[in-house]
Amino acid sequence: MRLLINKIFLSLSVLSALIGLAFLAWILITLFIKGLGSFHFGLFLNDLIDGGLRNLIIGQFILAGLASIIGIPLGMAAGIYIQEYGQGRYANIIRDLSDIMMSAPSIVIGAFVYAVVVVPTGGTSGFAGAIALAIMMIPVVINTTDNMLSLVPRELREAGIALGASKYKVIIDIVIKAAKVGIMTGILLAFARIIGETAPLLFTSETSNYFSLNLTESFPSLTVSIYDLANEPEEASRDLAWAASFILTVLVLIINLSGRFITRNKK
Amino acid sequence: MEKIFQKLSLSSASLVFVLLIGIFITLYTAAKPAIDEFGFDFVTNPDWNKEVSLNPTSLTDTVVDMEEDSLDGEIIDEDDMEIADEDDDAILDEDEDDMMLDDEDDAVTKTIYGGLVPIIGTLLTTLIALAFALPIAMGIAVFLAEIAPKNIANVVGIAIELLAAIPSIIFGMWGLYYFAPIISDLFGGYQVSLLTAGLVLGVMVLPFMAAITRDSMNTTPNVLKESAYALGATKFEVIKDIIFPFSKVGIIGSIILALGRALGETMAVAFLIGSIFVLPQKITDPTISIPVAMANNFGEASGLGESALFYLALILFIISFAIISIAKFYFLKKAN
Repeated sequence: MRLLINKIFLSLSVLSALIGLAFLAWILITLFIKGLGSFHFGLFLNDLIDGGLRNLIIGQFILAGLASIIGIPLGMAAGIYIQEYGQGRYANIIRDLSDIMMSAPSIVIGAFVYAVVVVPTGGTSGFAGAIALAIMMIPVVINTTDNMLSLVPRELREAGIALGASKYKVIIDIVIKAAKVGIMTGILLAFARIIGETAPLLFTSETSNYFSLNLTESFPSLTVSIYDLANEPEEASRDLAWAASFILTVLVLIINLSGRFITRNKK
Repeated sequence: MEKIFQKLSLSSASLVFVLLIGIFITLYTAAKPAIDEFGFDFVTNPDWNKEVSLNPTSLTDTVVDMEEDSLDGEIIDEDDMEIADEDDDAILDEDEDDMMLDDEDDAVTKTIYGGLVPIIGTLLTTLIALAFALPIAMGIAVFLAEIAPKNIANVVGIAIELLAAIPSIIFGMWGLYYFAPIISDLFGGYQVSLLTAGLVLGVMVLPFMAAITRDSMNTTPNVLKESAYALGATKFEVIKDIIFPFSKVGIIGSIILALGRALGETMAVAFLIGSIFVLPQKITDPTISIPVAMANNFGEASGLGESALFYLALILFIISFAIISIAKFYFLKKAN
């Protein structure tokens, strides 16, 4: 009897793992079939107004890239503070708040940026979208930096200080170097996360059918356009949405996997 | 130089603090008109964007029904009506609008907003998602932590984490076109409904929940497990009597964290919930959730409508803030 229960339980557990894998396979296969069906290289050459995706892909990269330029230094600096400078209460509070912010609903962050950037500047803009994404990214970068720096052995820091280096020299030349791989991985995962975000962009950057490098007006976004296209009644728009989803997912998974690959190789 | 570096890192850290406070204050300020207007009744009022005409002479509120699902219906009809009424005396002969000759000449109209429908929609979709994801996530976690050989556990673990990396908008599209038809065939009802939205949301939080649960289970000391095995316990008994009690707190923490994530999810739900401000009677009825109400109506909203959306955002922010804090600071801290 005991052995029977054990068997049933173990089979159920294996079954759940199979269910999880089945969902992943189902989604990926759907994407491949629907996405590849409407995929052609012309998509990379034309803008959305001519039935392509060029402006959207470039736009999404610019938004996520700009968000990284803002978010990575701020997040790393904050992580360094928590781990290296902060003592006691304040550093702990910041760490906890950053954890909470990491799970804050992304649409709320969109609404916040709408109120503090979009309304005062008079309209949606690429800058507003990038700021919203940066706010999403900062806590993730803080978390990684904090965790990775905590793995660097104390002795390394002490050795640096014993050699007469100032604290910031020790941090930059020794501690960060030692934790470089881990931090890089974390940053890549954070980038993979924000480049697939839609909700914070809906009313900050919106999207545009045209190619644009002007960050002060509505900015082309792949994800927001997928949402628009998928809700349109015409078959052609939906096919384009599937092709765009396929490209987006492949991008996200490649960035994500390469992040994991870096760590694995270095270990 | 040292000083500058330290100051820079301190101010970046403080930025987190400033941002959180800033989000709270901004949402509150933007929601203020709606809070003043509707107070706490907002939470229990099921009517969204409903035109109410207050008749000052009779003191009875005449409710002019509006199509609740078309938010851009606006008050155009009402305006036309009032203009028609004013012109009545002059052009009484050509009265095609007889039925509008009520006693509403001086009617003051106002639009009311209530948040009950999206609040209920948010809670129910989250509940369905958890009910669906919980058993499967536990099974996966047990599989990864205890059953699978190391190399298989690694591969499956990465696959499950890839599922978590897929953008939510993809879940929405896949859910709408491939998952929902099957569900509605099985359970009847609409393809866009509480049920389909909840289930797709469940698939989304599944990998997240499984990963944290696995990590909690992995903290069980090997000595404990080995002693139990040595006493002749089966794998099931070890999991039930040793691992589960040991990692219970962490597991509860991971469930609550998944709950916080499900509450705020926008895109996957937006495709599937139907987006109408109507209280669902059955689980297979369409309705709306807070994030979806914001995503779909923010662009067109202005004035009180926009403020009401901010009110919803504030409610969502406070609920998720509370839930995440409980999970992180009570359960997960205790677990470590």
